[in-house]
Amino acid sequence: MATEVKEGQDIRKMVRTLVQNHGDEKAELIPILHEINRELGYISDEAIKELSKKMNLPSSHIYSVATFYRMLSTEPRGRHVIQFCESAPCHVTGGRLVWQKLQRELGLEKGETSQDDKWTLLTTSCLGLCGVGPVMVIDNDIYGNVTPEQVPGILENYE
Amino acid sequence: MAYFRSHVLVSVDPVCVEKGAYELIETLQDELVKQGLVEEVQVLETSRIGDPETEGLDLMVYPEAVHYTKLTLDDVPFLVEEQFLKGRIAEQYIRETKRVIDEELSAPKTKEVRIVLKNIGEIDPLNIEDYIARDGYMALGKVLTEMTPEETIQEVLDSGLRGRGGAGFPTGLKWRFIRNAVGEQKYMLCNADEGDPGAFANRRVLEGDPHSVVEGMIIAAYAVGASQGYIYCRAEYPIAVRTMKIAIEQARNFGLLGDNILGSGFSFDLEVRMGAGAFVCGEETALMASIEGHRGEPRPRPPFPAQKGLWEQPSNINNVETYSNVPQIILNGAEWFANLGYNKSTGTKTFSMAGDVKNTGLIEVPFGITLREIIYDVGGGIKEDKKFKAVQTGGPMGGCLPEKLLDLHMDYEALAEAGSILGSGGLVVMDEDTCMVDIARFFMEFTQDESCGKCTPCRIGTRRILEILTRICEGKGKPDDIDTLRYLCDQINENSLCGLGKGAPNPVKSTLEHFLDEYEAHIYEKRCPAKVCKSLIRFEIIEGLCTGCTLCARNCPVDAISGERRQTHVIDPDICIKCGICEQLCQYDAIEIK
Repeated sequence: MATEVKEGQDIRKMVRTLVQNHGDEKAELIPILHEINRELGYISDEAIKELSKKMNLPSSHIYSVATFYRMLSTEPRGRHVIQFCESAPCHVTGGRLVWQKLQRELGLEKGETSQDDKWTLLTTSCLGLCGVGPVMVIDNDIYGNVTPEQVPGILENYE
Repeated sequence: MAYFRSHVLVSVDPVCVEKGAYELIETLQDELVKQGLVEEVQVLETSRIGDPETEGLDLMVYPEAVHYTKLTLDDVPFLVEEQFLKGRIAEQYIRETKRVIDEELSAPKTKEVRIVLKNIGEIDPLNIEDYIARDGYMALGKVLTEMTPEETIQEVLDSGLRGRGGAGFPTGLKWRFIRNAVGEQKYMLCNADEGDPGAFANRRVLEGDPHSVVEGMIIAAYAVGASQGYIYCRAEYPIAVRTMKIAIEQARNFGLLGDNILGSGFSFDLEVRMGAGAFVCGEETALMASIEGHRGEPRPRPPFPAQKGLWEQPSNINNVETYSNVPQIILNGAEWFANLGYNKSTGTKTFSMAGDVKNTGLIEVPFGITLREIIYDVGGGIKEDKKFKAVQTGGPMGGCLPEKLLDLHMDYEALAEAGSILGSGGLVVMDEDTCMVDIARFFMEFTQDESCGKCTPCRIGTRRILEILTRICEGKGKPDDIDTLRYLCDQINENSLCGLGKGAPNPVKSTLEHFLDEYEAHIYEKRCPAKVCKSLIRFEIIEGLCTGCTLCARNCPVDAISGERRQTHVIDPDICIKCGICEQLCQYDAIEIK
């Protein structure tokens, strides 16, 4: 998901281009943060500082917004981000066993990133795919009707 | 006007054009001319009809509705001769193709009435002409040319349409407030932040029939006098966001959005705004804060959005499903809509069925249908023919209803009276293997996590409830826990700022009311009747059934199982982590949960 780490100069340039394209109105903040998050894998301090200058917003405001929303991260994430749906329909169709298997396979707890930076394990709010629960998303790939036995095979698909 | 006895539909979507759709049309035309049929058979271009991944070209012939697939240009002369000259179906070209099964939305079952879902799966959502062909934008034309804004509001008011986001406020009345409000600029907002776990009706409408929402919003904008609108869609729905953006662009190109719509002098434009993963943004004031670029925190009301909404201007906010109903009401009349439904709830409601029910997926039924009809007639009953235990309606702020309330007629009032809500129409069906205390704890975990933290009753109160429920599930419940839970539920409900906090206690309150015996079993007997709560169960191997195959011992992650080959094995309860793997693996049903 995340591309290689960018240098400070590149980050500043990216932020400037984004503000140019979106405009500097406050309403554009969340769309811009989305793009930074997609580009870097997370929203770095460097990016917040530059954004603060270009949008004329206090960095505290930007930070407060970036930390409020679950899909924006201010921490670096692994190369592959696993999002497991933790909502009720997936829970009652056996999601808990899949979640336990995932944690065991990866040796990670919720919210953690593996030491080799390969995986970040997250839970997500309902993805609206409840007809095929339990559901998990790895990067942009969606897996439905997941059973604990399928977990190792699914993880093997990722480098 | 020319009259044709047969029509041939050829798909000209980008994939089919790549595969030679236009060459197929040309060859068909040539062949029809050659065989003297050109005045009897009409060739029409259409959007996608088959599976784009199937090799070769495909076409449909009407009125027979025959679908020919995997065609090459060389097949055309024979096909034309058989089908149109001899009037026989060319069986060899009707071939098995990969059928894409829609697991979320199947053909309507008896007792279903589809208004909101009627186009989904039937039209190409990326092609505005498909929508127009099914009377799309006709309601808009009618409103702009024949009706005044006030008449439009009256029509919606007469239909009895109420907010489908769950609150059930009369839509026409809300529109009238905004029409009468004073402000430089009025905004039209669509709440597409469908965050309730288990609800996905809005997503299917946005993805499958985007123009019904766009049309509904333009009509509403005309009625209240708004010139700018936003669709706020959650970021978890990337396909819906993309589909809506394409729909808006197409509507603009057709002169249905922008300046001077259909030459009426009325102007309105629309944009999609994306959330970033915060459940509370489905609350209207939080949603507006998020559009403005703030943390999505709710604020006290009044002032209501109708007076001071987005950027302090009068704003109308309705749910996806509400807007999607509007064109149908205008086209078919208020009376038609008002005749559907029950009591003060008119029309239909979509429900997303999930959990332990045979047919999961999306349904649309008239108000007034009973829960039993929904679960057993439409839903096909409980999976594996187990016993029904509870149904949770309305998402995480809804309550769990037991067997004795299954004959309840579904409408806004009846559900509220039963201690639940209609919410966005999520229905999670639970069978006998579900522990209701665990479920209450589960929902509280969700609301606790999603509480934005602004007001204390919700932030702290939900945390206290969660602590108590967790303790009960761990077998450490205290005798006064039930009273404390009841007290906390009332306090949080009365004193929270927004609907999230007010509704948060519902799962606990309703399970306390209907499944008190399960709480008592956990607290006083340290027993989980459904055998779910790990701390209150133990795994045992049944002598006589165990063959000593060692499968369980080899797979136990903590080596808690011991025993000789061909001898009954034993589980050491002190080491066992109750993961349940042994029970799943055992082929002799020799492992019992106690």
